[in-house]
Amino acid sequence: MLKIKDLHAVVEEDGSEILKGVNLTINKGEVHAIMGPNGSGKSTLSKVVAGHPAYEVTAGDILFEGESILELDPEERAHKGIFLAFQYPVEVPGVTNKTLLRQAYNTIAKAQGKEELDPIEFEDYVAERMEVVEMRPEFLERSVNAGFSGGEKKRNEIFQMAVLNPKLSFLDETDSGLDIDALKVVAEGINQISGKENSIVMVTHYQRILDYIVPDHVHVMVDGRIVKSGEKDLALKLEEQGYDWLAEIPSAAVNGQK
Amino acid sequence: MSTEALESMVGGEYKYGFTTNVEYEEFPRGINEDIIREISRRKDEPEWVTEFRLEAYEKWKQMEEPNWHNVHYESPDFENIQYYSATKKNNGKRPESLDDVDPEIIATYEKLGIPLQEQKQLQGIAVDAIFDSESIFTTFKEKLKEEGVIFCSISEAIHDYPEIVKKYLGTVVPKGDNFYAALNSAVFSDGSFCYVPKDTVCPMELASYFRINNEQSGQFERTLIICEENSKVSYLEGCTAPKFSSTQMHAAVVELVALENAEIKYSTIQNWYSGDEKGQGGVFNFVTKRGHCRGDNSKISWTQVETGSAITWKYPSVILQGDNSVGEFFSVAVTSNRQQADTGTKMIHIGKNTTSTIISKGISAGESNNSYRGQVKISSRAENAKNYSVCDSMLIGQTCGAHTFPYIESANPTAKVEHEASTSRVGEDQIFYLQQRGMSEDDAVSLIVNGFAKDVLKELPMEFAVEADKLLGIKLEGSVG
Repeated sequence: MLKIKDLHAVVEEDGSEILKGVNLTINKGEVHAIMGPNGSGKSTLSKVVAGHPAYEVTAGDILFEGESILELDPEERAHKGIFLAFQYPVEVPGVTNKTLLRQAYNTIAKAQGKEELDPIEFEDYVAERMEVVEMRPEFLERSVNAGFSGGEKKRNEIFQMAVLNPKLSFLDETDSGLDIDALKVVAEGINQISGKENSIVMVTHYQRILDYIVPDHVHVMVDGRIVKSGEKDLALKLEEQGYDWLAEIPSAAVNGQK
Repeated sequence: MSTEALESMVGGEYKYGFTTNVEYEEFPRGINEDIIREISRRKDEPEWVTEFRLEAYEKWKQMEEPNWHNVHYESPDFENIQYYSATKKNNGKRPESLDDVDPEIIATYEKLGIPLQEQKQLQGIAVDAIFDSESIFTTFKEKLKEEGVIFCSISEAIHDYPEIVKKYLGTVVPKGDNFYAALNSAVFSDGSFCYVPKDTVCPMELASYFRINNEQSGQFERTLIICEENSKVSYLEGCTAPKFSSTQMHAAVVELVALENAEIKYSTIQNWYSGDEKGQGGVFNFVTKRGHCRGDNSKISWTQVETGSAITWKYPSVILQGDNSVGEFFSVAVTSNRQQADTGTKMIHIGKNTTSTIISKGISAGESNNSYRGQVKISSRAENAKNYSVCDSMLIGQTCGAHTFPYIESANPTAKVEHEASTSRVGEDQIFYLQQRGMSEDDAVSLIVNGFAKDVLKELPMEFAVEADKLLGIKLEGSVG
């Protein structure tokens, strides 16, 4: 589904290189976790895949369903089914969640040649999706993220994902800022959405969300590269030992990982 | 998005920029007593109107152009403006039916989305169509008359209802009120007149549609609305003009009078041509609008969506004289390219328990400058007067400006005045967020701006809210570059 090949990216403003040759392959239906210390480039990777204008790709490629998406605008990537749950979701005062969701849903449906939903049909559809993350109906009438607590914002991201049903979702630190109950609800929601058709990439600092969502693959990112890949037990090892031991691994070993 | 695509969108944004090919009566440029008498003569006005004009002209000659506002432009050459512009076909005469109206003008209104033909007329809205200096046609006039409501052009009202006009004209905005009001009082051409008798709720929305077509002329609209005791009316005006590389002047005076328990709701969608990205051309919009809550428990509400004009200078105000009277001002002002707007309101509290609300939303993009200027004045006898003001500014891009100039004066210790202000910037992150949810950059900006302006847009009559919504989107297309 997604193939990232030797991806290099710089911050457009100052030219500093953040991604220094990332290789990653994600197949349909898989759940991946990307871990790593602060500043290793995890969040940047998800933003670059989504097409954030602050970054420029200087080498390598990102293939989605076999085609390069580097030239596509962010919204065109979204139309193809790429979703990013933001680490810091933005507020859009005066625009209700319902308005945003319906416009987003219909824009993407239209681009994919699917049927758009009128307000009444959409209401029914949304009501059903709300159950996935245990959202209350009055939530729909509130302005997008305005005055939300950190936890509510994160939940809202997963709710949007549930409504838009993307093929590939990057969840950027969705677990941070959640108390344990909220974490369970969010994890439960993610588990319901992920399936044979949908792939999920969790970008996280902590192992604890992986207690609820079991990844098929775990990758460790250090200094703009994926330095180690493994299965769930790798996450546990990181939790116990930190990241320092990985710094020793020469990058040659990394390039062998595909 | 490529730069060319962006530019072509910006260039194509103003869809009302076409010109209608009509023949105009000759009329000399410049301003003097003879010109004023000639306007009056062509309009076949009674002597008292001519006198009104000449007195205003005398005052105007003594006055100086205002320079306290936060806009910069080259002072218009008042001797080079044509103050009256009538089409050959009409030439000051009132058309009896649409058959007397130049078909080109009818087609123009159709193109603007305001069909005048009976079978196509907008339902539930009576329209007064004003083209340059003339009222071309007023729809549903007869139907309104059945309810006692008079809706016609001011010229017509001067002929047919002189007592009412004489009683109210110039009583809210005096002849010498300010430089542009004095100029208007001297040379005013057409505008709308509306009179709602006692105990009457006007059965439909009233609307005036102003169109400037003649490059050489200015438009000096004069509008007067009177709402008698226990009556109610909702009025809307729309404004467009062709794209010319020269500037045109629109100096209007609007007077509203609300008697006891009366309510006037006045909405504006102003979309005059705003000039190009280099600041060439566009309309100078110098407007004096004032409402007078003369009776107890009366209410006047201004709602404006200001998207056009090169320069806007406009402060729709309310004099709250009657006890318990209510004044409201809801405004969205959008400026892009090189546009400059200095707009706001004045709420003058005189009566007891008077309340006023000001909600102003300024949106600046491009290299434009957008200023809010508002005065809240509470006189010594305005016991328990209350004002609540919110002024929010939104910036798009790095090269625009937003300014707020609130003036608050209170001479009564029981008064409560609240003022809130905020400034925000539409950020790359906000746009990226919405793009990630599938929306184009323009749709993202449009959504953000509409959310920002929602508290004002919801005050518009339903039919116009949709239009205003679209207008904001179109206006800001390509503004994030």
